[in-house]
Amino acid sequence: MALIAFGLIAAIVILSAMFVIVARNPVHSVLWLILAFFSSAGLLVLIGAEFLAMLLIVVYVGAVAVLFLFVVMMLDVDFVELKQGTLRYWPFALLVGLIFLGELALVWLASDQLTFDSFNPSPGAATNAEAIGSVMYTQYLLLFQLAGIVLLVAMIGAIVLTLRHRPHVRRQDVGKQTGRRRADAFELKDPTPGQGV
Amino acid sequence: MELGIIHFLIVSASLFTIGVVGIFVNRKNVIVILMALELILLSVNLNLVAFSVFTGTIQGQIFAMLVLTVAAAEAAVGLAILVVYFRNRRDISVENVDLMKG
Repeated sequence: MALIAFGLIAAIVILSAMFVIVARNPVHSVLWLILAFFSSAGLLVLIGAEFLAMLLIVVYVGAVAVLFLFVVMMLDVDFVELKQGTLRYWPFALLVGLIFLGELALVWLASDQLTFDSFNPSPGAATNAEAIGSVMYTQYLLLFQLAGIVLLVAMIGAIVLTLRHRPHVRRQDVGKQTGRRRADAFELKDPTPGQGV
Repeated sequence: MELGIIHFLIVSASLFTIGVVGIFVNRKNVIVILMALELILLSVNLNLVAFSVFTGTIQGQIFAMLVLTVAAAEAAVGLAILVVYFRNRRDISVENVDLMKG
């Protein structure tokens, strides 16, 4: 039963991955990518790695794929022109792919050593998330914080790269704002009636 | 036949190959190249989690989370570079990236 479900989901993963690289429109590519990520999360659920599966959906579908969609739709690029002439890359690409697949198939030849009796997604704990948390926050605390630093650096890098100061754009100047005094902001007049200021 | 690690290895090997082929096929389009990279990282993640689960050790899943972090960071910085490049050249064709050529 699990094998049938695995076969179905794996077929969806591989087909959608193929459509990612052959789709004419990059928006379609992103949508196929989202399907591939969703179904791989399904594969992970099948062997009980629920936490990673949910993380895959949250991070990839929720953040990365949306970022891709955003950029694809923001850039005004003629994708038809980009697609032209890609046909001549296919033979070389297929050659490289076949070589890679052949090398990875050597793993299959060694598969008699790769048989495990059972699977255990959460050793020493009740749930998968508990098992991950009890190791990540103790043994791998440093790696966890390092991952946070990687994300921080990436965030700062992305902001620094895309930030630009255009002229004629009004933006908030906190120093100027708080340096304003009452005296240079307004003055009191006492006009006589009928004469104006 | 039970669901074994070999099935996961086959799926992630195919995903990896599709990603590599995708990089070569879409040589002009950086966005699809970045998506192919995400596919490759996904296949690596599948492998890590499969080995972690089938050997009954949790470390592989921690590593998969770190790979996930790096993939997200890579996508963010890569797309930021893409946006800046498009702003300067009005084009994202990789074949024209020869500004540094003497």
